[in-house]
Amino acid sequence: MNIAVCIKQVPTRDWQPRVNDGGTWIRDRDVTFETNEPDAYALEEALRLKEKHGGSVVACSVGPERVAQVLREALARGADRAIHVEHASVEASDAFVIAGALAAAVRDERFDLVLTGLQSDDQGFAQTGVVLAERLGFAHATIIMEVQIESSTVRVKRELEGGWFQWVAMPLPAVLTIQSGINHLRYATLKGIMAAKKKEIRKVAMPAGLAARQHIVRLYAPQKVKRTELITGSPAEAAKTLVTRLRETARVI
Amino acid sequence: MILVVAEQRGGTLNRASWETIAAAQHIPGGVPIVVAVLGGSGGATTAAAQLAAAAVHEVVAVEHPSLEPYTADGFTAALQSLIGQLNPTSVLFPHTYQTRDFVPKLAARLDRALLTDVTGTKPSDDGALVFVRPMFQGKLTADVRPQGPAPHLVTFQIGSYRPDAAARGSSPAPVKTVAATLDGASVRQRPDQPYQEARQAVDLSQAERIVSVGRGIKGQEHLSVAQALADALKAELAASRPICDAGWLPMERQVGSSGQTVAPKLYVALGISGAIQHLVGMKGSNVIVAINKDPDAPIFEVADYGIVGDLFEVVPALVKALNE
Ligand SMILES: Cc1cc2nc3c(=O)[nH]c(=O)nc-3n(C[C@H](O)[C@H](O)[C@H](O)COP(=O)(O)OP(=O)(O)OC[C@H]3O[C@@H](n4cnc5c(N)ncnc54)[C@H](O)[C@@H]3O)c2cc1C
Repeated sequence: MNIAVCIKQVPTRDWQPRVNDGGTWIRDRDVTFETNEPDAYALEEALRLKEKHGGSVVACSVGPERVAQVLREALARGADRAIHVEHASVEASDAFVIAGALAAAVRDERFDLVLTGLQSDDQGFAQTGVVLAERLGFAHATIIMEVQIESSTVRVKRELEGGWFQWVAMPLPAVLTIQSGINHLRYATLKGIMAAKKKEIRKVAMPAGLAARQHIVRLYAPQKVKRTELITGSPAEAAKTLVTRLRETARVI
Repeated sequence: MILVVAEQRGGTLNRASWETIAAAQHIPGGVPIVVAVLGGSGGATTAAAQLAAAAVHEVVAVEHPSLEPYTADGFTAALQSLIGQLNPTSVLFPHTYQTRDFVPKLAARLDRALLTDVTGTKPSDDGALVFVRPMFQGKLTADVRPQGPAPHLVTFQIGSYRPDAAARGSSPAPVKTVAATLDGASVRQRPDQPYQEARQAVDLSQAERIVSVGRGIKGQEHLSVAQALADALKAELAASRPICDAGWLPMERQVGSSGQTVAPKLYVALGISGAIQHLVGMKGSNVIVAINKDPDAPIFEVADYGIVGDLFEVVPALVKALNE
């Protein structure tokens, strides 16, 4: 079972959004980055499948030089090697460009399974994995909460709306987009971090001729419609005021 | 022409289909709207009869045995050929679990732009449409333009338009049933029946008051802070998804698009940012209180009362005030 896991580097969750002077993208220099959360679950799932069925796990990412950091973390957690499609100005790219770059990077490796997160916490397209499947000619399924390999077939538990699920079977090779919470994440051990130093991160160039299919005209803070009554004061004062509002104005307690 | 793709299960349309029709009608220029609905024999036709009430040019039921149950391969092939025949300028879908599963494949197959999770449209200076969508988990908003030739594919976020905003026609729109062009053997996914996990012990939809915790609670050991407030309010304890993913609370207490939909008299959100998938599960609550240390957290957009502050200071103070 040879598995590729696609990982995106995104701003950390507590990042305070800042837009660049042109209002077209975020101000990158203020940002600290981390692995996109569903991608971390995708990596964990790949590692578990490898432990069960043997094979290898290859972490892949598209982005500028800093992206090597999330690939090193993936290697420390147990991935065998990594592929970095390096390009300086690709972070605002759309899913077609990213999926095109990933397809070119993994196509010749004949993976049985390609895992991605179901969407990224930055642009949130929820497209990359599915577009990648089409580019590779693989079957796919999305929003996956369990994976079972049965020789040349994969059976997956798809999450549906409102607490519903559905099992779907399909032939390998396949692309699966993984939902957060599918498993419990492991942390990198010191041994893993040491071992990662000897593992390969292969750099490949961005393929030519990938056309973006969308363009950000303007990026801005959401317009507030604000109907919230913000209650100020010390915690004790604010608490008292809120209780009065809930008892006397809203009458819900 | 604008093509809207509605979504049905067993002949029943979801609300999001009507929302998408409203979105299409909202696009200026009076472009004719055609609504398509896909399914096996029966389901699509039943749904099409309901869709005929909308003020649209035509409704097309696209039927094939391989379209029931839904598969990504089947829907992609059927819509690829329908789009080839109708030649629309744009194709609009609701942003649902189902469209997330196949529309990116369809867009890749056609090599056409796909804008997802769109909340609105507006004309720009040159007259071309600009699409508005959230980015960075709702912390920022982007005006986006599709690139490349038509048709452009767009999915609309649930709740961006009201389903009852879809204008009804003075007489029913014409309905046409067509057989999909599709080779059943090319469908690789073999789905089982959808199911719900074992019957839930707590039915949050019946709760009068709910105290809901998010990642701001930081650790399972701090849940007692929220429980104390729930006790003081005689409320049920609920949570955002990451809390249930981590196993700190059982999944049956999760509120949101993949959990329960609730509408209590009082919903208190503690350390919840207010992601759209959480909001759709609770924004029907009568009174919403948000306690969050980030004044820009999207949860404040739906809250009636808000306290910007550290929940570990505010919540104990609230418990004290309630018990006085
Ligand atoms: C297909 C899909 C389905 C999903 N379904 C659901 C669903 O059903 N339900 C759901 O909830 N989510 C769902 N999600 C996840 C959703 O997108 C968000 O990731 C999630 O709701 C975030 O949870 P949160 O608000 O608890 O965490 P975060 O977004 O991390 O927010 C934590 C908040 O806590 C605040 N905070 C931190 N410390 C403190 C403190 N000391 N005092 C006060 N405030 C503090 C922060 O300011 C922040 O606003 C789904 C996602 C996808 C893609």
